[in-house]
Amino acid sequence: MALKRINKELTDINRDPPVGFSAGPVGEDLFKWRATIMGPQDSPYKDGVFFLNIHFPTDYPFKPPKVNFVTKIFHPNINSDGSICLDILRDQWSPALTVTKVLLSISSLLTDPNPDDPLVPEIANMYKTDRAKYEELARQWTREYANLDRQQTNPVG
Amino acid sequence: MSSDYEFSDDDNEYYDGMDMDDDEDVEEQDDDSGISEEEMDIELARGGLTSAGKRKACEVDFDTVTQDAVEALIRRDVEHISSIFGVSEDVASLLLRHMEWNKERLIEKYMDTPTEISVKAGVTVTPPRPPSPPPSGRLASIRSKSSALVAKRTTRRSAAESASRSKVVTEPLVQPETTICQICFDDEQSEMNALSCGHKFCVDCWAAFIRGKIREEGEINIRCMASECSLIAPDSFIRTVLSGDDDTIKRHQELIVRHYVSCNKNLKFCPYPGCTYTVSCPSAASKSALTTIVPTVHCGASENHIFCFGCSIDADHRPVICPVAKLWLKKCQDDSETANWIKSNTKECSKCQSTIEKNGGCNHMTCKKCKYEFCWVCMGPWSEHGTSWYNCNRYDESSGVEARDAQARSRASLERYLHYYNRWANHEQSAKLSVDLYAKTEKKMEEMQITSNLTWIEVQFAKKAVDEVFKCRMTLKWTYAMAYYLEKGNQKELFEDNQRDLERAVEDLSELLESPIEAENIPKLRQQITDKTVYVHKRNEIMLEDTAQGFLEGRWKWNVDVEGF
Repeated sequence: MALKRINKELTDINRDPPVGFSAGPVGEDLFKWRATIMGPQDSPYKDGVFFLNIHFPTDYPFKPPKVNFVTKIFHPNINSDGSICLDILRDQWSPALTVTKVLLSISSLLTDPNPDDPLVPEIANMYKTDRAKYEELARQWTREYANLDRQQTNPVG
Repeated sequence: MSSDYEFSDDDNEYYDGMDMDDDEDVEEQDDDSGISEEEMDIELARGGLTSAGKRKACEVDFDTVTQDAVEALIRRDVEHISSIFGVSEDVASLLLRHMEWNKERLIEKYMDTPTEISVKAGVTVTPPRPPSPPPSGRLASIRSKSSALVAKRTTRRSAAESASRSKVVTEPLVQPETTICQICFDDEQSEMNALSCGHKFCVDCWAAFIRGKIREEGEINIRCMASECSLIAPDSFIRTVLSGDDDTIKRHQELIVRHYVSCNKNLKFCPYPGCTYTVSCPSAASKSALTTIVPTVHCGASENHIFCFGCSIDADHRPVICPVAKLWLKKCQDDSETANWIKSNTKECSKCQSTIEKNGGCNHMTCKKCKYEFCWVCMGPWSEHGTSWYNCNRYDESSGVEARDAQARSRASLERYLHYYNRWANHEQSAKLSVDLYAKTEKKMEEMQITSNLTWIEVQFAKKAVDEVFKCRMTLKWTYAMAYYLEKGNQKELFEDNQRDLERAVEDLSELLESPIEAENIPKLRQQITDKTVYVHKRNEIMLEDTAQGFLEGRWKWNVDVEGF
């Protein structure tokens, strides 16, 4: 059941590749995927390439996938472990959602952080009170950690 | 019953009797002038009634309610609402669940804003022009910029709209040319089914989804599988989809019963594993009542299913009242490793006091039990964080200083605490060992039957004595918790006198039970134990009754702030 659905999602992604991100299994195990998200153009993360791990539970899609950032990122809703605070990954999950929709949501979370529901209060605080400094640091972290060349020479995760 | 040594209910006479040296008296008396077995039974079984026929201060009135009876109550409410509003019972049930079974409030609200309530309760989909709060406002992160989703949402809404208007049920997620279930994508799937929103999925997926929600998450309200659809599956739909899986249907029914019970202050579910009984105790329903009574109850399944109606202690914690018992347990836990872990890893929901472990995610917490939203950092309600959430990461220097002061003070009082704690723990340990004592006593009872001519029924006095010892040790245990918090003074001294008398009597009886059995001293030992059991029982009653009376009279003063005082 889970496998069939995961396969279907994989076929859909390959047939009609989404703009701005990609995703697929890491190895033989179809329950473990690696995704990449391009930093959105209208965000301080632009030109960055962010890697994410996706783990499907065995009862997927009745339970949400576990999604984690592998690449370090300076963001109010993503902490240093790469955990993401996103309602659709928790209590708002619906079996009708897909990896594509989840990645789309994460991508829009990069453009529009949600400082009222912060995972890292310090960053949320900065986002609210000193937007310029936040953007500067986010850009700096993106250059530092989300640089494709560097990540390929020093593979993460 | 006219023996000189029968303890009368008349206090003066009783205390006179106590002044005598018991052991000597027992030795002097003839075997048959002591308390007989029957008298002991009568003494022990007199239950909650004093000689005047009035209920004792240390006991409360309560009723036991079966699951069927609660289901009948639920049915009655559902039928009532269904007939008033002219809606189906499915809808009435959803509305009542949404309003936490508060019929009056539901009627009031439904009369004012029927649509709003129906949408919030998951009965109908959002109407075309949504009223003030949208049902799923928390999907903040995918709002705005992701145009694809926004587009999808509008299509879905309009589709749902048309579905609710006309009876055309179309699946908004499904491309027109396909009827494949959008969840499993199985070509050999079963038939499709949908709630009134029209989001069609195959029955197998529905069943798997609903089963998981009920069995693993213990949810009673199961939303439509489509994302952002806030419709809740009515009971008849659940029954249809799960047909054949009676266990899960039964579990769902049980969860609804539990929800009903948890919303009703007069009811409490028996906390014993697997037990489905409920206890009704209206006299202990208010928080203020808990400063004067200790509502110890047991359910109809077994007299051993003893628990406190007022707090979460699954045992008889008389004579001490709930707030003090809670203080004490918390204090004891603070000194153990587990408690340290709980302290550093969990917090209590500031609304329903459920212990919560945060295992990931952000500081915006939603209590799974009562759905209260709060901030993990300051524990304040989340609603206040809309604009001032950053108050939470302000480091308060004065609190650091206070913490250090508190530590110094607690070290000074540690010795005092240990005095009470050791005695508390000792009784707890002894009570646990009573299982061994029980086994040993049983052996002795067999022995007695062999070495003397006593029958099985005649050796039961030993078993009764063990039961009594266990009960009294529980009382004693809690008296130490109480004494720890009692303010110094005459009242405390009187309390400790009662405590000492009970303790001495219990230890004497324990010793008698442990004493070796020789054929020639069996009759004497039997008499001694029987007498002592009744005496211990009396002492325990006095301890419980006097303390309970003290609460009613407001006699007890505390050395700490106790909730409600």
